[in-house]
Amino acid sequence: MKFTWFNLMPWQDLPDDFREKHRSVWVDIDSRLFDPERANHLYNEYMDLLEYSSTLGFDGIGVNEHHQNGYGIMPSPNLIAASLARRTKDVGLVVLGNSIALYNPPVRVAEEFAMLDCISGGRLVAGFPVGTSMDTNYCYGQIPALTREKYNEAHELIKRAWSEPDPFAFNGRYNKLRHVNIWPRPIQKNMPVHIPGGGSVETYDFCIDNTYSYSYLSFSGYIRAKALLQGYWDRVAERNAPDTSPYRAGFAQTICVADTDEEAERLYSEHVSYFYNRCLHVYGGFADAPGYRTIKTIQSGALSQYAPPTGGYGHLSWKDLIEQGHVIAGSPETVRQRMEELIKGLHVGNIFCLMHVGNMPKDKCMYSTKLFAEKVMPHLRNMFPEYKDDNRFWCSPMANAAKPATPAYEHEVAAAVGGKN
Amino acid sequence: MELKTVKTHHVPVQYYEGGKGTPLVFLHGAGGIVEGDPLFNKLAETHHVYAPLLPGYGASEECGELRDMLDFTLHTADVVEALGLKDPILVGHSMGGMIAAEMAAIAPASVSRLALICPAGLWLDDHPIPDLFAMLPYEMPQYLFHDVEAGTKLMTAGVALDDPEWLKGFLVMNARQMGMAGKILFPIPERGLSQRLYRIKAKTVLIWGDGDKLIPPAYAHAFKKGIAGAELVSIAEASHMVPMEKTDQVAAAIAKLG
Repeated sequence: MKFTWFNLMPWQDLPDDFREKHRSVWVDIDSRLFDPERANHLYNEYMDLLEYSSTLGFDGIGVNEHHQNGYGIMPSPNLIAASLARRTKDVGLVVLGNSIALYNPPVRVAEEFAMLDCISGGRLVAGFPVGTSMDTNYCYGQIPALTREKYNEAHELIKRAWSEPDPFAFNGRYNKLRHVNIWPRPIQKNMPVHIPGGGSVETYDFCIDNTYSYSYLSFSGYIRAKALLQGYWDRVAERNAPDTSPYRAGFAQTICVADTDEEAERLYSEHVSYFYNRCLHVYGGFADAPGYRTIKTIQSGALSQYAPPTGGYGHLSWKDLIEQGHVIAGSPETVRQRMEELIKGLHVGNIFCLMHVGNMPKDKCMYSTKLFAEKVMPHLRNMFPEYKDDNRFWCSPMANAAKPATPAYEHEVAAAVGGKN
Repeated sequence: MELKTVKTHHVPVQYYEGGKGTPLVFLHGAGGIVEGDPLFNKLAETHHVYAPLLPGYGASEECGELRDMLDFTLHTADVVEALGLKDPILVGHSMGGMIAAEMAAIAPASVSRLALICPAGLWLDDHPIPDLFAMLPYEMPQYLFHDVEAGTKLMTAGVALDDPEWLKGFLVMNARQMGMAGKILFPIPERGLSQRLYRIKAKTVLIWGDGDKLIPPAYAHAFKKGIAGAELVSIAEASHMVPMEKTDQVAAAIAKLG
């Protein structure tokens, strides 16, 4: 199993009446709710948490990309990952990912990912999302019906930029580049790639054809995800993929651990409620620009199955969220049982653990994270022994990677209190 | 009003045909055109009307090869040629007006009579056009109709949101039609037409509902300024769906072209 500690970086101060007074948490969210000095603390707390979790045995720490979004203040995951590369060791850096249709030209992604791979010593796990319609179409202005074509071209360009040893000309429809020759190049020759998807048939096939891992990053939990991932595994079988390795798939799950089930509710329910009530308050007009989904996907009827529950998330109680599997929470034993159900039920080898939820303060998150790492994760390690050597979907760090020096200012502090330089 | 098909370089194109008289080509807006369209029927009393569907509209075949404004413009010129028409009266509503204006700018010798009914194609920073692509269906009538209540009735006739099969059909249609329209209208319905308006040599009539809440009348004046000799016909108590709301007045304005 590969466990990645994953954080969306939500804004924590959306007001109590956010749903009533504001149209959307995303795209046209009121900028007056943002306080840059508060963000200084939030970013640093979130990066502290990512660094902390890297010391507890998680295989990866994960970041992602959203724009103009009150539940994800991380428009550039690469900036965060670069900092994490210096302040962590051994752990995979899962950048899930860069929306490659948005970069002009997309060789920028090839370059930045190569930089991250070099700085971290080959610890990058790359992600290439098509991007949500909110990010890609409404915030970044990509034409919905052309987004996938542009995405496919960007993907081809990045793959070639990483692998072709000599400069080449790329005459694409969206990118005309006479001299492609990125510098630096990634350490990993076969970069592991994860593709976040939400039920598009095209994305299933894209992952299968390229030996990429398909990641379902939903907030609605493992019970509702069953149909979608079954669709994916059916497709894996239909297209005669050479194996059904669980590492071909990943799943994001909100997880909260405490000593007992009751304590979990007492400690975390307000933060879970904040997330499902305020953070997921997205205006319906931004959900899905016409042309963004392909006709094939709409006709598959899949979208209605994966849509949020009738009436939205807003009315769901803690009990509903737990019973319906949106959130896995409770004692280590409760969480272990449900995680096992998830992993077996969905047949997934990559788990993106959403251990930070909504407006959860840092200390509670560290407590929950530590309990999960120490009392749950070890029991789940060996779920798929027959695939334990399958490393096609994970990073392969170099031996003897550089060790960053202690920050210079810490030497000064040490000197000031009489320590040695 | 009869639905027919004509071959073009890219895909077979469906078009409605009806009436007798001077040939007139009508280019529909982003909402498309359906059987029984009141303006079509009115024009067909005096003209031989052709109303081609943009690929992907109605049941017509989609065309992935059409991606940008030039593609749309040349494709529509191909359709006119395939219909065997030479310099017909060219009429366009909203998105169709944008395409018609581009055709007249790109090939001024082929378009001598032009009627633009509240066309898209320009952008004025002081008068931002509401984002049609971020509107929920129930929000649309207030932008499209002067009589919002009547407009709502028109738009919700036959709607069965609680029927999953109907909803799937609607989503497919919307993705096909608005996905196609988005290639020239998303996220801002402007593709450089203002730089080309000076090339239009056609006798031009601009027709605008003076209560247009989607493309407000400020745009009428911008078009008038850009097209030499253009005449503006302003219609009271009408919004963006002026062809439905004031069919006779729109037809009368078009009749000024012959």
